[in-house]
Amino acid sequence: MTRYIVGRVLQAIVVLWAAFTVTFMILYLLPADPVKLQLGAAGIDEDSLTAEQVAALKHEFGLDKSIWGQYWDRLTGALTGDFGQSLTQHAPVMELIDQRIGHTLLLSATAAVLSLVVGALLAYLATFVRFNLLRVFLSRLPSLGASFPQFFIALLLIQYFSFELGLFPATGTAGFKSVVLPAVTISLLTSSLLAQVLIKSFEETLRQPYVVTARAKGLSRSAVHLRHAFRNAALPAVTLLGVLVGLTVTQSIVVETVFTREGIGRLAQQAVLSQDVPVVLGIVTVAAALFVLVNLVVDLLYPLLDPRISHGRAGRVRTPDASVEVTSI
Amino acid sequence: MTATLPENGRPEPGARPLVEIRGLDVGYARRREVTPAVIGLDLRIDPGEIVAVVGESGSGKTTTANAVIGLLPAGGRITAGSAVIDGVETAGATERALRPLRGRVVGLVPQDPMVGLNPTRRVGAQIGEAVKLRGVRGPAVGAEVLELLGQAGVPEPELRARQYPHELSGGLRQRVLIAIALAGRPKLIIADEPTSALDVTVEKRILDHLTGLVREQGISLLLITHDLAVAADRADRVVVMRDGRIVEQGDPRVILGSPREDYTRQLIAAAPGLAHGGRVVPRFDVRDQPAPEPILTLTGVSKTFGAGDARRGQRGFNALDGVTLSVPRGRTHALVGESGCGKTTTLRIALGLEAPTSGSVVLDGTEIAGLSWGGLRPLRRKAQIVHQNPFAALDPKFTIKQSIIEPLVAMRVGDRRGRHLRAKELLDQVALPASYLDRLPTELSGGQRQRVAIARALAPSPDLLMLDEPVSALDVSVQEQILRLLTDLQTELGLSYLFVSHDLAVVAEISHTVSVMSRGRVVEEGPVAEVFTNPRSPHTRELIDAIPGQRTAAWAGNGKETLLTANGS
Repeated sequence: MTRYIVGRVLQAIVVLWAAFTVTFMILYLLPADPVKLQLGAAGIDEDSLTAEQVAALKHEFGLDKSIWGQYWDRLTGALTGDFGQSLTQHAPVMELIDQRIGHTLLLSATAAVLSLVVGALLAYLATFVRFNLLRVFLSRLPSLGASFPQFFIALLLIQYFSFELGLFPATGTAGFKSVVLPAVTISLLTSSLLAQVLIKSFEETLRQPYVVTARAKGLSRSAVHLRHAFRNAALPAVTLLGVLVGLTVTQSIVVETVFTREGIGRLAQQAVLSQDVPVVLGIVTVAAALFVLVNLVVDLLYPLLDPRISHGRAGRVRTPDASVEVTSI
Repeated sequence: MTATLPENGRPEPGARPLVEIRGLDVGYARRREVTPAVIGLDLRIDPGEIVAVVGESGSGKTTTANAVIGLLPAGGRITAGSAVIDGVETAGATERALRPLRGRVVGLVPQDPMVGLNPTRRVGAQIGEAVKLRGVRGPAVGAEVLELLGQAGVPEPELRARQYPHELSGGLRQRVLIAIALAGRPKLIIADEPTSALDVTVEKRILDHLTGLVREQGISLLLITHDLAVAADRADRVVVMRDGRIVEQGDPRVILGSPREDYTRQLIAAAPGLAHGGRVVPRFDVRDQPAPEPILTLTGVSKTFGAGDARRGQRGFNALDGVTLSVPRGRTHALVGESGCGKTTTLRIALGLEAPTSGSVVLDGTEIAGLSWGGLRPLRRKAQIVHQNPFAALDPKFTIKQSIIEPLVAMRVGDRRGRHLRAKELLDQVALPASYLDRLPTELSGGQRQRVAIARALAPSPDLLMLDEPVSALDVSVQEQILRLLTDLQTELGLSYLFVSHDLAVVAEISHTVSVMSRGRVVEEGPVAEVFTNPRSPHTRELIDAIPGQRTAAWAGNGKETLLTANGS
């Protein structure tokens, strides 16, 4: 088990490093001149400076080094949590991220919990209800939810809940109330995706012979559904969980813009538009770290949910297939 | 709980039947069309009676069982007739009315123990759940779970109750399912092909145990099976079904002794154990003939799986221990034994898919042990394999023609036209029409798929076929057809077979010589006629005893009734 965890953590580190490197290379290839950008942000025209002054500036930011020299600086900096100065905002990248990440994490977490609850509940009902019309309606609902554009939903929500009812603020980052509408907007997509997978999985599970065994015992439908079908149906969806949580982070970019929230998403959008390379690199690395962490947690959760999987001594994942050929009693 | 029964465990005549089905029609609705599965069925089961329903797949026997317990699969519904279970009408009954019947009145032992238990819950909890439905609470539940496991013949019940299904063998899982069926203290147990996924020796032990239990506790048993021999050995009454209708029913002695219907006669002829009055009569006797040159020889083959190898857990550390056997050219050599005795490992080594730890494997004069993958490739034309499960052995996306010519494409034999002609020829050899070339496996029955698998194995014109339990997944009547096809192909093409099986009745039908394996060793070998009539090893004897049809054999032996045309005895 320990060996498995160590292996997975090492894997996670490699993934992080790869994400950092690829992002760095892409950003390096962009035809942007960092010095010009910075001067522009400070309101100075590049032409008013002498060649020596420009060279001095380049030297100050390490831009006169080769690509590998710059890469090395960035990488060692990132390892100590230092992503350098923002080119357009006069603050260290880490500070910018630090100020905003709380807002984004709260939004992501709320959206994730919301999609989990709504998605699971919808799938549960859609497979449990026996009235055919309602059943069909419920099971089609997720495809509808997934196909609505988010900005449209966001605008509808703002129009109704903020302007007409005045229940939640339309914009801003203040208080938990401000999280509700953005979280609902995000979870509409993610809960739909989860519900779609869960419904399929439920239908598959309910066809399994052990469900017949459970019903033949005389258990009620709800007992069979909850105690026998639910956990087994949830297994394929657990893998999706890591992706979904990652999706709530990327979705927040769109949603934070619509709701003008001070979050990582908006920071990323601004940074990309102004070609603020250090900020983009910082955000990508932090997001990748989050993503890797969530997936690691999901993988460690798996054996708790499915007793057939054990992260055994040799780190070998034992699947049920390995024991298909059994010895007789 | 259970009705007071007279001493012999049989009900008094005139007692109210436990199950009374009259004119039952069951159909499956699909796209507004109802396909009938059971037509006008009349069936009565008395308290304490053991009734066996026999028929091929698709005969409606499982549908009947499901209708009795109100658990028809989606789309299935009772369209006419009545089915009264313990005084309750189940035709048209609501879920609420049916639920008290399930578990408490009717217990179910499902078909495939490998998938019949919830993989994510402990075995004890799954039994306990059924106990709790009777209103038992607290520590009494745990105690009763252990008692039920003990009754079902599970050793070390305390340990087993804490395990998950995947930690148990198939036989143990089936015993757990029996414990679940018993947990509700039912009056009737429905056992739907309870052992068709298990070894013959395990099958016999489990069926004997189950019938013993129901006799002891006065429970009725509805045994569903495709094997008339299994039914005849245990039932008070045998019901033969075909195409949703009852063909004939009655006392097994009468059914077997003087069947009225042709169909019943076919079933008797198809069951290897019954065809010869319940005795194993080898078809070929090669005791006095000199053995031809061997095409395949294994000498002192051992196989050790290293620690941490996934396959190690299946059975000990030494998978094979000094296995020596040879397949004579143009003959069939059988490799028999229980699951996990090393049959499949031997087969894989003989095919060169697995390297032996030590020993030599000579195929057609070439030593293949230690050959590289590339070095082996030319030899692959000489030996081909046919797998156990025809439903899994064919790529569902390939047409029959694509499946058959795949080995030719892989080995670059012939051109487009040549391959097409070869595919047609091969289909003809396995007695399938050429129109099947463009069909998909899903359109074929199990027996037809196995014919395709055989055709595919024959495509590169091999000298040797490795047959890994080629008929165990098939109905008895289909088994017989496939065995006959294999025998015909052998005479026609001069093929040699290495035939792996756990069913000695099947082996007797096709093999000339045999090796009996147990725990990775060959415990007995020789001509089938010698080994089966005069077994020296207890393992061989146990395998022979497990062949269904023994009770019938005893009747025949006593000579009280002339059961069968005595050509075999």
